[in-house]
Amino acid sequence: MTGEHSVGDADRMGRRLAAALNPGPGGVRVALATAVAVALALALSSVLVALTGGSPGRAVKALYDGSLANPSAISSTLLYAAPLLLVAVGTCVCVRAGVFNLGQEGQVLIGALAGAAVGLRLAVPGPALLVIAMVAAALAGGAWAGISSLMHRFRGVNIVVSTLLMTFLAQQLVSFAVNTEWLLQETRRGGATVSPQSNRLPENGLLGSFGEYPGLQINGGLLLAVLAAVVIAVLIARSRWGFRLTMLGLNPRAARHAGVRVAALSGTALAVSGAFAGLAGAVLLTSPVGTNRLQQGLSNNIGWDGLLVALVARNRPLAAIPVALLFGVLRSGGGFLASTGVPHFLVDVVKSLLVLAFVVPPVLTEALRRRREGRGAATDADVPAAEPKEAVAS
Amino acid sequence: MSAADNISTILASGARLTVPLAFAACGEYLAERAGTVNISVEAMMLGGAFGAVAGASVTGSASSGLVVGMLVGLFIGFVHGNLSHRAAVNTFVVGLVLNTLVLGLTSYLIVTGTFTGHQVWQVSVPVLRDIPIVGQVLFVERWPVYLLIGVIPLTWWLVERSRWGLELRAVGEDPQAADVTGIDVNARRRQALLWCGLLAGLGGAYLAVGEVGSFSQNMTAGRGFIVIAAVIFGAWRLGRTLLGCALFGLADAMRLALPALGVSLNSQLLIVAPYLLALVAMLLFAAKDREPRALGKAFQRGTA
Repeated sequence: MTGEHSVGDADRMGRRLAAALNPGPGGVRVALATAVAVALALALSSVLVALTGGSPGRAVKALYDGSLANPSAISSTLLYAAPLLLVAVGTCVCVRAGVFNLGQEGQVLIGALAGAAVGLRLAVPGPALLVIAMVAAALAGGAWAGISSLMHRFRGVNIVVSTLLMTFLAQQLVSFAVNTEWLLQETRRGGATVSPQSNRLPENGLLGSFGEYPGLQINGGLLLAVLAAVVIAVLIARSRWGFRLTMLGLNPRAARHAGVRVAALSGTALAVSGAFAGLAGAVLLTSPVGTNRLQQGLSNNIGWDGLLVALVARNRPLAAIPVALLFGVLRSGGGFLASTGVPHFLVDVVKSLLVLAFVVPPVLTEALRRRREGRGAATDADVPAAEPKEAVAS
Repeated sequence: MSAADNISTILASGARLTVPLAFAACGEYLAERAGTVNISVEAMMLGGAFGAVAGASVTGSASSGLVVGMLVGLFIGFVHGNLSHRAAVNTFVVGLVLNTLVLGLTSYLIVTGTFTGHQVWQVSVPVLRDIPIVGQVLFVERWPVYLLIGVIPLTWWLVERSRWGLELRAVGEDPQAADVTGIDVNARRRQALLWCGLLAGLGGAYLAVGEVGSFSQNMTAGRGFIVIAAVIFGAWRLGRTLLGCALFGLADAMRLALPALGVSLNSQLLIVAPYLLALVAMLLFAAKDREPRALGKAFQRGTA
């Protein structure tokens, strides 16, 4: 990790690049199997559309029109991609450490809740308000996930189960906040009825957009997300922390013997994952993707989908960028499907099948190889990265 | 209405909300004893509900629909088992994707297809139904409710008394040791998921063609997760799991009924009660070592 290997730097970079592009053990075979599986997933989706009286061609056209056809469609795709990428980057961190977080959806909501509380209650001038709201959201998301870490550390509570259950707690907490006048419910004006939502955030609490071209708007959230992906990728590849994290995920026993403080590191990894999800919540709240009000449905499955993005990217933050864009395309394009008579639910089917197409082949190839070579040949180092071990559960 | 009538109404509503949970919980309980935290139980219930309505629409018989719903649940269990306990894909990943897939697919199909409403016939036991308060609750129900009388003891017997169940529990507690004694660990887990799919499918199917008589988008609305909470709340014992189901069903019934009775109780608190209680139960039971020791851990030979 120090500069003493400077001679082979270019060579190392090349190997690193190759490793990043290599889809895992059994490279070519996995890539081929994945290609076949993706084709199968798309074919199945087309058959579904055709069987139910729709036109697959027109559905594809609608998906394209709604996501990539013009600057405003692209802007919309990017708006969805940003929070997805943030959630995915956080997920990469914890899955790499062998901790499986299933509570992103709740952590997104808690982040949005904290962001809304700060944005609406704190009278800070200028963009400082946005910054403070973002930080509060990240802290809240991290703390929410941190509760699961603590419950595991001190009571041995299964992390997957507790993060999952906490999601439902988070949903009702937000529902309570936006249904209670003295909390965050919108102000009653005269005799008007109030909805279960907060007031709109003030202008200086909103994320701005950047765009040179007319119509194309690149939201600040996307820059934040891409920056996060790059920073985490570098940290994982280059830092001592990242090295320990990967070691912990691949072989917790070896990590413990090597002096890694397992409980602290895995606990932090989960909290970091929660913090990124919380940040995604703040981005959802403050970017023009929604109404800039806190609502119970604000997260709109961004948390679950972000987790899927990380899985498809096989826990590589940089690979998560294109995957998040693909998921953004599906979300944004889904809104245009209705005009073709195909229900937008098709997008969920396509998404799920695509995830299976990306996740199953590497693991299946590995399982087949294992069976072929018989027991004993497989070592811990060969454990596929897509299969997180519950490292700290024992 | 008198107080007794109110209590009877809430109890009856609670019982009806409990039944789908109880069926699915019997399945989830068995799957968890074998070591799988099966989060696709939500997909199984939703798929079962849709399958029941689709089956009933095609055959014209609600009872045949019920069978179709069970088969859909079984199929989801088959897919989950083979992906996670044969191809060795992380079981939570499989569950999550199946939940998304089934939600998307059923939502899609219910919009594009035409389905007719069907409801299974009601049993009404003479004399007994006139018992105050509990009479209407226990003795006037749609017929699949009474399947519980068989399903609950059968599940208990399978897990606690059969050889298969002994192997199942061994697989859930210590897969390495079970493997050494010649038990096919992943086969047992796949079989447990089949049972879970069958019963969760039945629970969903009952909800659709028993209770409601039709299917609506995301009809189960997270009931599968309540079932998971019930199994945890029940500390992986069948009796307590079913008690949890009854408690959660009652909480749901109270949430629906109390506003009409003029009682104000925080609805968010009632919705969240199952999850909160499950978390508290986990915190309390953790020290007592109640959960199957290999719960949620994948098994592959040579990687322990």
